[in-house]
Amino acid sequence: MGAHATHDHIVHFYHLCALDWVDIVSALKADPKATAKLGQSLSDWNRNSYQEIKGAQERLQALVDSGQLGVYGSGYWGHPAMKLEPEVNLLAATHYLQALEYQREINKVVAILGSKTPHIQNLAVGGVANAINLDSPDTLNMEKLFHIKTLIDEVDDFVKKVALVDVAAIGAFYADWTGYGAGVTNYLSAPDMPLDTKGTTFELPGGYIPAADIGKFTPIKSFNDPFFEDNVQESIKHSWYDGDWTRHPYQEETVPNYTDWQDDGKYSWVKSPTFQGEPAQVGPLANVLTMFAAGHKPTQKYATQVLDTVSSLVGSKVGVGALHSTIGRIAARVIRCAALNDTMKNQWNLLVANIASGDTTTFNPPTFPKGEQQGFGYHEAPRGILSHWIVIQDGTIKNYQAVVPSTWNAGPRNGQDALGPYEASLLDNPVQDPEKPLEVLRTLHSFDPCLACAIHLVDKEHNEIVRVKVL
Amino acid sequence: MKCGESDLSSLLGDYSRRDFLKVCTASAVYMGLGESFGPQVAEAAANAAKRPPVIWLSAQECTGCTETLLRTGHPTLETLILDLISLEYHETLNAGSGHQAEEFRAHSIEENKGKFILVVDGAIPVKDGGIYCKIAGRTALEILEETAPQAAAVIAIGSCASWGGVPAAEPNPTGATPVHKILEGKGIAIINIPGCPPNPYNFLSTVLYYVTLNKLPELDDKLRPKFAYGRLIHENCERRAHFDAGRFAEQFGDEGHRKGYCLYKLGCKGPETYNNCSTLRFNDIGVWPVNTGHPCFGCSEGGVGFSTPLHSPAQLHHITPPAWFPSATPEKGKGASALAAAVAGAAVGAGIVAAGMNLGKKDHEEDEES
Repeated sequence: MGAHATHDHIVHFYHLCALDWVDIVSALKADPKATAKLGQSLSDWNRNSYQEIKGAQERLQALVDSGQLGVYGSGYWGHPAMKLEPEVNLLAATHYLQALEYQREINKVVAILGSKTPHIQNLAVGGVANAINLDSPDTLNMEKLFHIKTLIDEVDDFVKKVALVDVAAIGAFYADWTGYGAGVTNYLSAPDMPLDTKGTTFELPGGYIPAADIGKFTPIKSFNDPFFEDNVQESIKHSWYDGDWTRHPYQEETVPNYTDWQDDGKYSWVKSPTFQGEPAQVGPLANVLTMFAAGHKPTQKYATQVLDTVSSLVGSKVGVGALHSTIGRIAARVIRCAALNDTMKNQWNLLVANIASGDTTTFNPPTFPKGEQQGFGYHEAPRGILSHWIVIQDGTIKNYQAVVPSTWNAGPRNGQDALGPYEASLLDNPVQDPEKPLEVLRTLHSFDPCLACAIHLVDKEHNEIVRVKVL
Repeated sequence: MKCGESDLSSLLGDYSRRDFLKVCTASAVYMGLGESFGPQVAEAAANAAKRPPVIWLSAQECTGCTETLLRTGHPTLETLILDLISLEYHETLNAGSGHQAEEFRAHSIEENKGKFILVVDGAIPVKDGGIYCKIAGRTALEILEETAPQAAAVIAIGSCASWGGVPAAEPNPTGATPVHKILEGKGIAIINIPGCPPNPYNFLSTVLYYVTLNKLPELDDKLRPKFAYGRLIHENCERRAHFDAGRFAEQFGDEGHRKGYCLYKLGCKGPETYNNCSTLRFNDIGVWPVNTGHPCFGCSEGGVGFSTPLHSPAQLHHITPPAWFPSATPEKGKGASALAAAVAGAAVGAGIVAAGMNLGKKDHEEDEES
């Protein structure tokens, strides 16, 4: 789980989001020597060398010289909202290429345990399919355990020395973006990495923060906590499903009813989840804020480190409050990634200690009692809290609903017409050129949408100016 | 144009010629072309005035088929899109969005008419006029029907595009349909690369095959390249010896499972799934599901993955196991009765070996016929 999230956060930050802020065409104008000097002043990462940076620049130059820009051909290069100096752009572009290597490495951890990635195949109802036997060549053994540890340590270096530094630097250069994109500031996050077999203590805390007030944090305390189970609902008033109701997942149904775009009616395939009747933002920012509020030490350490770096670069104190924003959401993703790397190391030690003590149990055969049973499970996925809800009748599935992270964030207006997090975050976003609304992409991409979605920009007379497909 | 080392260097930027030849040789060997084809692959790529254009359309998909390309090491995604092909349009990887991306796509199709490879991932919903998947205000069905006739060839990547996959699972509420069915009878060259997601090297090698030889690889009756899908997983499985000897895991975590026995009784679909997972493996580290202890669920095989229960036993079309298996070889030194059982086991074992040899012979006969 830690390795999967680390991969996801690295790819999202560098490959799916950074090019909204970093102009790779401008990077071609940079002086590689000055870039190396800049990189070395920010971090002791050993791949900020002149040779490394010059190589990256030449590679990009070769692409541009070929005249075939491919997926980069439609980018917003030279857009007035792009503000970084050529050297900063080149440094980020160099790390963009390096990040591709490290996401591959951390994915190998997922594959060793999950059989392959993407689409891991080691989960079984009642446990995992990984047999542990240190005296067999065909199971999780010492070779595999140390393969995992080696990869974790290698990628940890990249996350701590490169990604954490880059996100602070981009945050500092775009400090005005701490003022945009807060949107819905109710935050919901799941506790994860249980430390006992009953799911009552967790290495990573989670819970709920209403209205940006981390003093009002309420933890989710167990896998069965009614505080979570009782407070989740979904509405379909504005979604392309039959009817108009707000229901608990156990009582939901999913019957499509497509109406095309209706301004005040139905306009989305996404349902609108609520917690205690209100929309909630989920994802790394929600996770970092709840872990911060719960006193999780690694989260506090890396959040403080990033905020201190930003403060010293901009020359004034930037506090936790700055995280309620577009750029804060991006920073939180990397902060979480750093904290998870510490977690992975700890979990590896715990696993080895268990094996050393003779505990190699990986599976409890499930039983399905007669009658109607219902239950839920949750997990803090890379994009936020994921919950599955099931009703079983005499051993057969009667109802199954998944309330997934992007549903929480992308949901349309709910049963009370309150805006969902994507919608609310776009209010008051600056847009310099409505034909090229890069700023809209910045805020939307900061959520890491799991889907391609569309934002329709319409003027006050309801004429559509431009439709932005966010990918 | 004569292809010298300097030409290659200028084409490849900081990617060294040796590395490039290594990739090409590995691909050539993997495609069954032999090592001597390596330089030819490199030369073809270097001589091409332009990198071959590829347009990637996404319909009812989860982006797993794209994610899988992020994991490849030979070549890597960056080598693929910076040095080997020109990926003109891809929803997830485009730097631009909205009008910018759509205009770039339209322009590229116009400019590369008849020359580009069209990759499609995801099934195409056809129910209710195709409204269950719209991109930039148009249905996936419309976009596919308009784009495919202009392509040199169409690659359907993943099980969804190849035979329907997850969205086509019963009751198929959106009428999810595979690409080849939509394009049937239109004279368009189509290749299926099923899997959930497919092994990325099966996709990469197909693209490199086409780029190098300017023709499609040999396909089976389901339009799958034979170099990847020519054998049942079961035929090359590392646990096959346990199957033949009747050593099975009965439940996750039991003794057989912890000894790496065959997963047939846990529902492994290796005996009815045509794929190269057991030889090619995943993520450049030699892993695949059976290696971890999880049965294959036939993700790449239409009618098996997403349509039969995970743990129900596979249909054995080509291999009939004996009705009775001996227990695993008993431990030594357990007294007279254990010794007697061992002797009986050895006798039965001999019978199994004989049966195995016959099976092998039958396989060879089939090979010669085909």
